[in-house]
Amino acid sequence: MTPVYEPWNAGRGAEIIAEHSKLEGATLVILHALQEAFGYVPEPAIPMIASALNLSRAEVHGVFTFYHDFRREPAGRHVLKLCRAEACQAAGGDALAARAEAKLGIAIGNTTADERVTLEPIYCLGLCATAPSAMLDGRVVGRLDEARIDALVAEAQR
Amino acid sequence: MTMRIFVSRDAGAVAVGADDVALALEQAATERGVAIEIVRTGSRGLYWLEPMIEVATVQGRVAFGPVSESDVASVLDAMVADGPHALRLGVTEEIPWLKRQSRLTFARCGVIDPRSVEDYRAHSGYKGLERALMLNSDAILADVTTSGLRGRGGAGFPTGIKWKTVAQTSADRKYIVCNADEGDSGTFADRMIMEGDPFVVIEGMTIAAVAVGATKGYIYIRSEYPHAVVAMKAAISAAERAGYLGPRIGGSNHDFDLEVRVGAGAYVCGEETSLLESLEGRRGIVRAKPPLPAHKGLFGKPTVINNVLSFAAIPFILAGGAKAYADFGTGRSRGTMPIQLAGNVKHGGLFEAPFGITLGELVDDIGGGTFTGRPVRAVQVGGPLGAYFPRALFDTPFDYEAFAARDGLIGHGGIVVFDDSVDMSKQARFAMEFCAIESCGKCTPCRIGSTRGVETIDKIRAGEHVAENIAVVEDLCNTMKFGSLCALGGFTPYPVMSALKHFREDFGPVPTRLQAAE
Repeated sequence: MTPVYEPWNAGRGAEIIAEHSKLEGATLVILHALQEAFGYVPEPAIPMIASALNLSRAEVHGVFTFYHDFRREPAGRHVLKLCRAEACQAAGGDALAARAEAKLGIAIGNTTADERVTLEPIYCLGLCATAPSAMLDGRVVGRLDEARIDALVAEAQR
Repeated sequence: MTMRIFVSRDAGAVAVGADDVALALEQAATERGVAIEIVRTGSRGLYWLEPMIEVATVQGRVAFGPVSESDVASVLDAMVADGPHALRLGVTEEIPWLKRQSRLTFARCGVIDPRSVEDYRAHSGYKGLERALMLNSDAILADVTTSGLRGRGGAGFPTGIKWKTVAQTSADRKYIVCNADEGDSGTFADRMIMEGDPFVVIEGMTIAAVAVGATKGYIYIRSEYPHAVVAMKAAISAAERAGYLGPRIGGSNHDFDLEVRVGAGAYVCGEETSLLESLEGRRGIVRAKPPLPAHKGLFGKPTVINNVLSFAAIPFILAGGAKAYADFGTGRSRGTMPIQLAGNVKHGGLFEAPFGITLGELVDDIGGGTFTGRPVRAVQVGGPLGAYFPRALFDTPFDYEAFAARDGLIGHGGIVVFDDSVDMSKQARFAMEFCAIESCGKCTPCRIGSTRGVETIDKIRAGEHVAENIAVVEDLCNTMKFGSLCALGGFTPYPVMSALKHFREDFGPVPTRLQAAE
């Protein structure tokens, strides 16, 4: 399923921030909620979070940039995450990752020029007994082989 | 009569088609006019047999697997006729791989409906909390201490002592934090129990709250586990409705609220002080200890922070099982350990066994060797920070001290199996690279050492001054091991040094052969 995101809107952003700002240690919760709504964390949201939580803009920026999950800009229409950790390496994951890179014509960590697919590494989905594994737009897939990775890539390109 | 059929909703089963199988089952049943009720459970942990489906019979549940969508119709016919089928595995509990285990923590996983408090209670759930509510704090702590339980996250610190410290520290507010940031590759026990028996984690945390006088708890789950997040949130709501969370839990005078928080892809947040920083809404930067979290933890308040499996072991212990728990195990490692067999292994999955079982038994006998059929060359035990062991060390018993004595660690109990096609210098490089990617940056040995480690191993792999560069790596590892603030930088030397020590031939020609060639 293709995720559907709202376009950035400061009013909507403020609403999301207000919804969570009373929680203890709310910064990550708010960043997650914004990304869930907009597909990324738009730059103008950072000072808004800072003022809602009585933090400095630098502090919020620091949190935002520390975590791998948060995006500065929208991802491709589909996000394909390939597990690159040891259990998947042991099961032949490296060769499959190289195959996906070749099929898409991009290195892991990039988005295709047509903005259809973002290919990302992930360090362990906890599917280590059905390795190698991947996640396409939140759907988990295990026991990958050449045919299954090809099918996943084709699905992501649609 | 309606047939009850059990299909796992565990992410590991879903990843290999369990949802499609469940749909196909419904369809096949409708076509045949057979009345069925599908119960979505957790996984039994026999992952090479997933999707495994079970049917309730008079002899007990009978399992079939691995079932693909195209097998569903014939499997359903075999279920109705109680007849033979190529995928029929017999009575689930009698499958040798399951029967050989001592499932204390995972007793209900794969058996019950993880969304149902009633089902949990029908399988001895909440017996531990009910007893704890009749005891005073000292008596609960005594049970935890008697059980010999040590932190299952990897550090192995005695749980009873940790709880006692928090109980004895006075404060206006205390916290219970569950570390569900299971980032180690090769481990999935936390994910499985959260998806398959979330109430056992909630019950364990609630008992901790009663013991130390805490009123608020957080479960910090990594974002890579969306299924576990959903399962825990649903279980918390169900427990609240049943009066097991919220004000006056179980009719007592204790209040306890529980909330799920989701991580954001930082491995270092599995380190407890970094996790607390993250929960407070900050960068996941490691704190210097002391002060211990037990004295000054979340928001500066006394905090019990334990791994999922530690909390999940508690209900059995408090339900009168403290002595029985301690009777399992060996030496100072008491009780059972949910061991996870992963990677290139034939029979991968969750094997809960008393401490003391040897690595060789686990890999060859229980794991059945590799699924590629090639010889096992190395296993990494304990995640990305664990040592690589060669076959020569397969007599090592699974036990905190025995692994430490051989420069390894059991960590969170994950074993990743590699066949003879593995290049150990590449694995050593990956260990350094992973540390460089995930370092929080606070201490120099970890932040800089890991990057220099990658560069130096690259030189070794390119054949440049091999002996000299190996000496540099050894020196770097020594600095990281003793100079890092937390286990990320401190333990990265384990995989690197073990690869060098046991698989030296993968790091280029050894000096004597080099001389001979000249």
